[in-house]
Amino acid sequence: MFDYESLRIIWWAILVFLICGFAVMDGFDFGIAILLPFLGKTDDERRVMLNTVGPTWEGNQTWLVTLGGITFGAWSIVYAVLFSGVYSGLLLLLFALFLRPVGFDYRSKLANPEWRSFWDWGLFVGGTVPAVVLSLAAGNLMVGLPFELDADMRSTYTGGLFDLFQLFPILCVLVGVSLCVMHGAVYLHWKTESFIAERAQAVIRWSSILFVMLFLLAGVWVAFGLDGYKITSAIDTTITANPLHKTVEKSTGLWLANYSIYPLLLLAPIMTVISALSAPFFTAKQHSATAFVLSSLAMIGAIVTAGGSMFPFILPSTLSITSSLTIWDASASHYTMKMLLAATIVFMPIVILYTSWVYRIMRGKVTVEQVQANEHTMY
Amino acid sequence: MITNEVVDLSRMQFAITAMYHFLFVPLTLGLSFILAIMESLYVMTNKQIYKDMTRFWGKLFGINFAMGVTTGLTMEFQFGTNWAYYSHYVGDIFGVPLAIEGMMAFFLESTFVGLFFFGWDRMSKMQHLSTTWLLALGTNLSALWILIANAWMQNPVGAEFNYNTMRMELTSFSEIFFNPVAQVKFVHTVAAGYVTGSMFVLGISAFYLLKNQDVPFARRSFRIASGFGLAAILSVIVLGDESGYTVGEVQRAKLAAIEAEWETEEAPASFTLIGFPNEETRKTDYAVTIPYLLGLIATRSIDEKIDGLDTIRERKRHRIENGMIAYENLQILREDKTNDVAKAIFEQHKKDLGHGLLLKKYTENVVDATPAQIESAIKDSIPKVAPMFWTFRGMVFCGVLMLFIFVASFYFNVKRDAHNQRWLLKMAFWGIPLPWIASELGWVVAEYGRQPWTIANILPTHLSTSSLSSGQLMGSITGFVVMYTALLIIELFLMVKYIRLGASSLHTGNYHFEKQGAGHV
Repeated sequence: MFDYESLRIIWWAILVFLICGFAVMDGFDFGIAILLPFLGKTDDERRVMLNTVGPTWEGNQTWLVTLGGITFGAWSIVYAVLFSGVYSGLLLLLFALFLRPVGFDYRSKLANPEWRSFWDWGLFVGGTVPAVVLSLAAGNLMVGLPFELDADMRSTYTGGLFDLFQLFPILCVLVGVSLCVMHGAVYLHWKTESFIAERAQAVIRWSSILFVMLFLLAGVWVAFGLDGYKITSAIDTTITANPLHKTVEKSTGLWLANYSIYPLLLLAPIMTVISALSAPFFTAKQHSATAFVLSSLAMIGAIVTAGGSMFPFILPSTLSITSSLTIWDASASHYTMKMLLAATIVFMPIVILYTSWVYRIMRGKVTVEQVQANEHTMY
Repeated sequence: MITNEVVDLSRMQFAITAMYHFLFVPLTLGLSFILAIMESLYVMTNKQIYKDMTRFWGKLFGINFAMGVTTGLTMEFQFGTNWAYYSHYVGDIFGVPLAIEGMMAFFLESTFVGLFFFGWDRMSKMQHLSTTWLLALGTNLSALWILIANAWMQNPVGAEFNYNTMRMELTSFSEIFFNPVAQVKFVHTVAAGYVTGSMFVLGISAFYLLKNQDVPFARRSFRIASGFGLAAILSVIVLGDESGYTVGEVQRAKLAAIEAEWETEEAPASFTLIGFPNEETRKTDYAVTIPYLLGLIATRSIDEKIDGLDTIRERKRHRIENGMIAYENLQILREDKTNDVAKAIFEQHKKDLGHGLLLKKYTENVVDATPAQIESAIKDSIPKVAPMFWTFRGMVFCGVLMLFIFVASFYFNVKRDAHNQRWLLKMAFWGIPLPWIASELGWVVAEYGRQPWTIANILPTHLSTSSLSSGQLMGSITGFVVMYTALLIIELFLMVKYIRLGASSLHTGNYHFEKQGAGHV
């Protein structure tokens, strides 16, 4: 069961699971931050919006931090090559994320309208930029990044921030942002009432259609316009391997090859489209919880679609295609993977358990009356 | 090829971001426990004032915590962005505690911190109290895993080099968990955090007592801080991590530098109280020494020797020579994995491979190093004495001052007379910066003292960085400094504002400014 080959597949699955967890949990936080200046017309309304996620956003963001830690431990070279390569992009992400903890905590500590407006825009940036940068990163992972490994496994990267903005990744940004907006609006609809909920409903309607159109367009692009990668040499999946000991082929449409090898994978894009399109009907009928499950499924489906088409690649290289990192040659040692798996099996269920408890405690709608009555304790 | 400038800038960025982060972490560690103690008193006595105390100090905790999270994010990603080769080379080991930290500790603290602030009216008293304790537990577990990772950099155990993947790989999880350096470091660091939290509460409570503002509230806060603080400062000093400096060679070099032990002396070694270390003559000018003391503190015995810098330097020469042999055979092995002779020689010398890599700073090929280059590498392999000597003494000096403040506070508390000792209250107030100075100096002792290594005896600092340009680094350093400084100013502004308001910021109608009808947030 826990031979090296299976562990690599399990750890790929855990990576996908953590990305999904992050997207589902932090996706609506980002979406609400993007909608903040547009849906919240008054200070009270903006406070309602912030307080829908106020008690829980911090735990949600921990999915990203843990994702970083897990990548470091289980896929060290991916962590090293990716983060040092897209240096400016990552700093942009960090600087934007800096605004969130302080924005949430400091915004309502003073009554001064300029102070509050400053932090509202800070929170808008803190939600928008990460959604953009991370979708852009996802797009660039599918395109491949311009890096090369030498015999010491030192990576050199050619290209700067602006090289990340190619057409396909930009399309991915639109896909990701529209999905976050929909997901955020669905959560907002669930947690608020009257004006804000009505405005959220309108957003859900257009963003779901926009997302599905963009998602399908990206699919067509992957089939006919984007180069995919494939390992062409025999690869021993059971030993500690060196990425440079393989050969790789690159050509258009290869990212779809997995769909004929594993036809079940087709369920992911189908689920994405159906869930996203049906979410507005459930919010219209006030079945907000169901709608939230559906928009989460759309999130998960979209990530599995992208990750699944790249399998077993994690980080393809455009500069030297043999340097591409796959699950067979970028993983931690067998022993480390076993240890980390044990930790994950023990701790992640506990995390999910107490997170659910916290959401249960904080259940119910946030109202204008509530935030007015709790001027000094809520955000 | 990585230039020295890139290495220096990368180090500078790491030092700046880590030291900023460490302005907020110790307070989080200590204050979270103080909140848990205050709330426990509330649940036990059912007195509203303890709830108010938990909520007020909780507000200050929140202002600080936000900055801790902000600056902490950088730390999780910075190994990848700026220390990519390090991340590849030791990620198999170093990444493990970081990954576990995320799942076990960081989730815990960040999930319950929201509930701490928002859950007061939604839970039973016991449920909320559990939330506060879980928050404190989360912050401290977080420190545990981070320090296990950090201790592995100082004393790398339970790992082996794999020439196939060109990296270190984990061989024993229990060895890195039970690393003796980690144990000492954890106790020392969290206790320093408790001192920070206590000094913060003590000093601010003293400020209220001096101004006669909300005296019952301030006296109770002062009492809790003096008790917790005294226990904490005694732990820091008695369990100070000097005892951890006898384990592992880099730790021993650090100790020798801290104590300016230029030469190995007969056991038990004497302790240099003060003096002026002179790198040229390898002597300490005007040294005031106390016989036997160092040997007693560091080895807890009277017959164990402490290595002087001369002994350590000679060992380094030997290890660098071995390292060259290891490196030479590694090159042969990489071309031809079936070469059993090379393999045997490599296996025999591989524990010194890191010392061979020290030469990479001077010659790419390592094996062709000249005697002069070897001398330079030996010289590099010992941290500079004067900075270590002074930062350590600065830290200890702050510690001694705080010990005095806590002992005096505790004494007058027992006599129920602390609020009348104006000199003590003033001292406690002006002493607030002491724990921060001590913590930052302590960080410098531990991490500067690790040079020239990122991983002791395994990976030299100058090989650990990412392939970045000086321009990129200058850009990011500027960004960090501007961003962090701006946020720090905002944080201090809010902190001072809320400290001045005191318990009145709770808007319960029972405190100072509200009774006077003045001062509204």
